[in-house]
Amino acid sequence: MKHLLTLTLCLAAAPALANRVFVSNEKGNDVTVLDSETLEVIGTYPVGNRPRGITISPDGSELYVCASDDNLVRVFDPETMEEMHTLPSGPDPELFVLHPSGNPLYVANEDDNLVTVVDTKTHEVLAEIPVGVEPEGMGVSPDGQVVINTSETTNMAHFIDSDSFEIVANVLVDSRPRFAEYNHDGSKLYVSSEIGGTVSVIDPSTQQIAHKIEFEIPGVLPEAIQPVGVRVTNDGKKVFVALGPANRVAVIDGETDEVRDYLLVGQRVWQMAFTPDERYLFTTNGNSNDVSVIDVAEEEVVKSIPVGQQPWGVVVAPD
Amino acid sequence: MFKRIIVLLAGVWLCAVPAAAQQQSEMAVIRAAVLRVDDPGLPPISRLDLPPEDLAFAGARLAIEDNDTTGRFMNQDFEAEEIATDPGSAGAELDRLIEDGIQFVVVLADDATTLALADRAGDRAMILNAMARGDNLRGTDCRFNTIHVAPSNAMLADALAQFLMWKNWPRWFLIEGSHPADTALADAYRRAATKFGARIVEDRIYEDTGGARRTDSGHVQVQKQMPVFTQRAEDHDVVVAADEADVFASYLPYQVWDPRPVTGSAGLVPRSWHPAMEAWGASQFQNRFEELANRPIREPDYQTWLALRMIGEAATRTQSADPQTLREFMLSEQFEVAGFKGQKLTLRDWDHQVRQPILLTTGKLTASVSPQEQFLHQTSQLDTLGIDRPETECKFREAT
Repeated sequence: MKHLLTLTLCLAAAPALANRVFVSNEKGNDVTVLDSETLEVIGTYPVGNRPRGITISPDGSELYVCASDDNLVRVFDPETMEEMHTLPSGPDPELFVLHPSGNPLYVANEDDNLVTVVDTKTHEVLAEIPVGVEPEGMGVSPDGQVVINTSETTNMAHFIDSDSFEIVANVLVDSRPRFAEYNHDGSKLYVSSEIGGTVSVIDPSTQQIAHKIEFEIPGVLPEAIQPVGVRVTNDGKKVFVALGPANRVAVIDGETDEVRDYLLVGQRVWQMAFTPDERYLFTTNGNSNDVSVIDVAEEEVVKSIPVGQQPWGVVVAPD
Repeated sequence: MFKRIIVLLAGVWLCAVPAAAQQQSEMAVIRAAVLRVDDPGLPPISRLDLPPEDLAFAGARLAIEDNDTTGRFMNQDFEAEEIATDPGSAGAELDRLIEDGIQFVVVLADDATTLALADRAGDRAMILNAMARGDNLRGTDCRFNTIHVAPSNAMLADALAQFLMWKNWPRWFLIEGSHPADTALADAYRRAATKFGARIVEDRIYEDTGGARRTDSGHVQVQKQMPVFTQRAEDHDVVVAADEADVFASYLPYQVWDPRPVTGSAGLVPRSWHPAMEAWGASQFQNRFEELANRPIREPDYQTWLALRMIGEAATRTQSADPQTLREFMLSEQFEVAGFKGQKLTLRDWDHQVRQPILLTTGKLTASVSPQEQFLHQTSQLDTLGIDRPETECKFREAT
């Protein structure tokens, strides 16, 4: 009995928190919810038409889903998956980013060459910012001062001042920029170019490309290497880049920007999300309809979990 | 003027672009024209194929919108004049455009007219061929001032051949029309068969004898004629139709004597583009086009869009509006453009053909995309489609 009690205490002292993992299924019109501890599917819930971008408020109380074909953002209770309300997003919302404070939400309108800024509390549109053709990637600096949008056909990263909503700089990158991600001290901005096959490392202070990361995988055609999602660990030491139809995630040294390894995941890997403790990284594999789970410390794929039709985005609830 | 110079543009890549667009008056204007030479021939077999009045022009308008959106950040403004003409007036129209100062002309015309216009332009303008597929235009009749945005017959035939070999359907029954363009396309299929190890077990010519092909009783005639025409062929896996003139191929599916699939000019058709294409961001492209044109996109629209996007891409990357600079950059090794086909599109330096994947389409869908992954190449897998460097017959004469 005493033995058992100790065990219980130990468990309580080092709580292995389970977090909900939300995966948007573009063709399935639903979200698959996973448990980050058991790595099992909790359930699948309808969320509107063509769900792509997905994110969650910093306090974990609101789940935001870009319902691209409904031309709005749907907001769900992450626990019950009941729809709470919707946010105006402008037409064809694809991907978005929340201000670090949780408000506002910056939405890329792919068909309309706009970034729409929405107040998550009042549900009002604060601004519409004209950007390049086919805006997609959205990033925000850790201090919340600069919002980045990438336009896929214009091939630029647009730097937007989050106070004035004005574009303050444009950086030309390689073809079809899909994603923008700052490291956590804000000293580097990573922009992936899907068709160009590179990741540009931009110095945010000068708005110049400091370095270009290129990829080469034996036995994989160069054309199949198409970088999309980028995630950086909190300490900035590891950068993960999803390589699309190359079916690999590249592991990059965040200090030297050198590629260290390629991890084999499912087919057409696009977006990724860490658990809050950075133990796991989840990847969406759109053509194999599954999620790969990467052990971040070991740099190994530990499991693949079948989800819905054409998984697109993924977000993990905060602790 | 027209020398092949590899410009040193390395510095350009790293430059930050000027912040928001400045005064309208400072905009540099980049001018082009779309010259569509309409064939006064018979209407197509199917009324679904009747050409819309804005054919190709709608693609041009989308490209100019796209280029201008980017141009706002570059202080560049793009224009494309739209001209629909006939073969008799095409030359005079071209002269007028050039005299007006336009140095990029997207041409949509048949093989012979395209070649005549290229020769007429000489070193005065660059021709972007957005329709003609003749292999001779990329071979013995190649011209240094022409970029072929449209895929060649050889590329289309190779794309289908790769798929048929992957299906293990190597025995082909080739049916070709009686027009010279049909023969040229059939030659491309004969070449593709040899290249990929297929066998043409039977080769028949469907004579165009004219007649009431669009009368109400047309289908009655077809139902009798096509089985008779195709009976007693050698054992074959698949029918390959070469019907550039659009006389018979669309009548073949379900009417052939032996129960075999029809491919080529009907059935499974190799194309540069298809309105049902969704992969690689194509959905957004289709949405933007349909919103602008109120109709599904066609191949000439896509090819015109791509031609003008190439000019736009060159202007963005070089940060220049100077036609000579743009032309040199488009012909340089650095040039690449995205065209919603899942990989960058580049230019073959030996014949100025744009490398591109080819869609194999049915009526409603993209059934496959070539190159098929089993067909490898030492430099670019896209060069498994069409005439590769070692076999080219193109010898550019440097213009004076």
